[in-house]
Order: sequence, then C-alpha cells, then structure tokens
Amino acid sequence: MENTFNLSVTVNGKSYQQTIDPRTLLSDFLRNDLGLTGTHVGCEHGVCGACTVLLDGKSVRSCLLFAPQVHNQEVLTVEGLGTIDDLHPLQEAFREAHALQCGFCTPGILTTLVPYLEENPNPTEEEIREAISGNLCRCTGYQHIIDAVKLATEKTNT
Amino acid sequence: MKPAPFKYYVPRSVPEVLSLLNEHGYDAKILAGGQSLVPMMNFRLVQPAVLVDINNIPEMAEIQPHEKGVRLGAMVRHSQAEKDPLIKEKAPLVHETMPKIATVQIRNRGTIGGSLAHADPSAELVVVSTALDARFKIQNLNGERVVPASEFFVGLMVTAMGPEDLLVEVEFPPLPPRSGWSLKEVARRPHDFALVGVAAVVVLDKKDRCKEARLVYLSAGDGPISAPEAAGLLVGEQFTPALATAAAEKASADEIDPGSDIHATADFRRHLANVLTQRALEEAFQRAKGGK
Repeated sequence: MENTFNLSVTVNGKSYQQTIDPRTLLSDFLRNDLGLTGTHVGCEHGVCGACTVLLDGKSVRSCLLFAPQVHNQEVLTVEGLGTIDDLHPLQEAFREAHALQCGFCTPGILTTLVPYLEENPNPTEEEIREAISGNLCRCTGYQHIIDAVKLATEKTNT
Repeated sequence: MKPAPFKYYVPRSVPEVLSLLNEHGYDAKILAGGQSLVPMMNFRLVQPAVLVDINNIPEMAEIQPHEKGVRLGAMVRHSQAEKDPLIKEKAPLVHETMPKIATVQIRNRGTIGGSLAHADPSAELVVVSTALDARFKIQNLNGERVVPASEFFVGLMVTAMGPEDLLVEVEFPPLPPRSGWSLKEVARRPHDFALVGVAAVVVLDKKDRCKEARLVYLSAGDGPISAPEAAGLLVGEQFTPALATAAAEKASADEIDPGSDIHATADFRRHLANVLTQRALEEAFQRAKGGK
C-alpha cells in the first residue's frame, strides 16, 4: 500500500505497532483495530462526547483525531480506568448511585470526569453539570450522574 | 466513519510546511487542532487530497511577551492559553474568553490559530481579536506579512490568507491605561455555540469620559460585526445606564445583522444583543475605572 502510516502508540499501558490508513479516526482505530469497544461512537462530529478518551492525560474526542496524530503518545480508554473486579472509584460510585441506564454515554462521561476531578476534587452541583456539558445522556436526565459524582467526591475526600 | 482518502504529511518545521503548501496549493488543508476541520471531513463536506499536520512543530505553540503585549504561536491550544499567566496579565480579555470556547475536550485540542483561520462568525476568538486589534503574522515561501484583524477577516469563514499562506502567530497589543473590557454571550448550554455575544473594550480619560470604544458581535452576521456608530455614541461621555441603553439599542437595531435558525429568531438575537451590550458596557467601564 502506498498511503499508509506506521503507528506506534501506547493504549492503557500496552504498546501497539500497526500499519494503518492515515484517515483512520482514533475512535475507529481503538474499536476496530484494537477491539477496545468501550469507547463509544455516537455523533462522530464532536458533539455527543461518547468517544472521549484521555490523550496524555487530557480528555479529547477520539472521533476528531486521526489515529496518526497520537503516534508515540499515550491513550487511556475506559477499559484502562478499572476492571470488573477492581473498579475505579468513580465507576464504583456510578454503579452505586445508578448513574447509567443504557450506558452508551458512560465511558465518555467517566473519561471526561476523571481528569476533571483530579483538578477539581470538590465541585459544586453546578460545576459538575458544567463539566459534563459536552457529554449527552438521553436516559438519566443527568440527576443520578450528579449524585454519583458527589458520592465519589465524598468518598475520596473523607 | 471515514473521511475521503488523503495523503498525510507531518512536517517538523515551518519552512517544511510552507513548501508543502506551495507544492499542493488548494489541494492541501492544514490540520491544526482539527476540531472544526475533522467534523467537516467526517461529513465529507471537505475532502482535501493532502493533509498537512502541523501538530509536531513545538515553536508554533509558544507564548511570549511582545512589545508590552503578548504573542501567541498559532498552535497554542485553548486549554494552554487558559492557564497561561502571561496571557492573564497582558491580554486579560483573551484569558477570560478561553473557558467560554467550547467544551474542555475541544479546548484540549483546539488551537488559537485554527479558530482564527477558520473564521467562524460564532467563534469568540474571532470577535475578541477584532475588538483588541490583534495582528496576524502570515508566512508563505515568498516571505512574511502582518495583517491587522480588521483586514484579516474578509467574510463568512473567509480570511485574507491564500492557499499557500500559513498563520504562524497572533499578537495581542497591550491595552492602554484606563482600559476596560468585557465579553458577554448567551449559549443554550455552557460551552455550546453562543446564540449571540458581544465584546466591549473602552478606554477612559482622567475624568472617566470614554476616549475610545469598540463593540464587536458574534453570531450576528457574516463575520465579526463591529458597531462603530454605537461605539461612537459613547465617546466623550461618562458611563450612565441611559448611555449604555442608547448604544445597545443603536447596535442591536441598526448595526448587527443576525440570522434566524432553529435555536433563535433574528429578533430574539437582536434582543439578546441589546441586553448583553448594556451588561458588557457596564462591566467594561467599571473595569476601566479600576473597580472590578
């Protein structure tokens, strides 16, 4: 193939080398090439937030990045936050407060909130709502998500 | 989803970018933050044959003092600018604008230069750079030129740049003493596109009379929309609510040209512009007087 890119990237602590078509979106690369389907693809134009992942620790929309753009960088997806047996405290709180129904938006909301809460460990309800204003949830009406974030911050702050 | 195929280049220096642009002309698009370009490519509204990724040129992402103002490399990201102490000190309106621009995920990638070169009339930076008289440093293979904001924005998503040009830097000159500023907007959700917004900058004399004023509107026409007549009403005057109302009415009724869409009618946008102008002027005058 003439038009290819040799990508080297670390995802959830594991390094990958793969030859890809440069037009491959990071979201599609994660899902189709690496099988990491926890990153959800909703609107594919940067509005819904479902595809949010962490790039070098910062939340970004993986549908607005071409995979070659993360060459030699570190990506963390929802699969890297915790495992079934060892959930991230925020995931634990989401389960406890029933912060998800269909779960489609959840990976994006978690990956948005993890770096946010590191910088803002004690947000008000309004600040939580603002922090996830770039993530659409069509089931919960957001209330239980807010409850979960509060629960998580109470637990880490005590 | 897949955008149309393109040839992908990752130049490591500005001269390399310039030769690629020179070679490919209209076939090439510059990939900066990609937060506007990639959605358009995903929809295949834009299908560049060549994509020139300028994310790997560290010197394009520098923030430096410049003649008492501040100079931002075109690849400075919004989240980087938001936290930068020099911008906070030298260009407080730019600092204050940053959190209003899109969501954090977008601000972590989106760049100052990308937003300005895209020239969306609903972009805060387009309006703020106009209100602050920013200067745009543009390079191509033949050399360099500096264009003021008033000449940079030509029309709806059109700038003074040609296909071989690269925006390398934006300079924000220092505000004179006794200056005040404000950016007010209404958006349906925090960080969403604003329905309408206004940037106000005023400079006062020793008796608190306005020496110079500028009002520029976003989502109010085909580009950053200035309201020189409304601003003219302020000159020579001290702040009163009646003065702010008169200027706000002039600008919102006669000088802006907002459209209607599913989210707001043109009339409603004019109403918002009126109210926001009054609030912005009050804040700008107060700041100029030294109160916060």
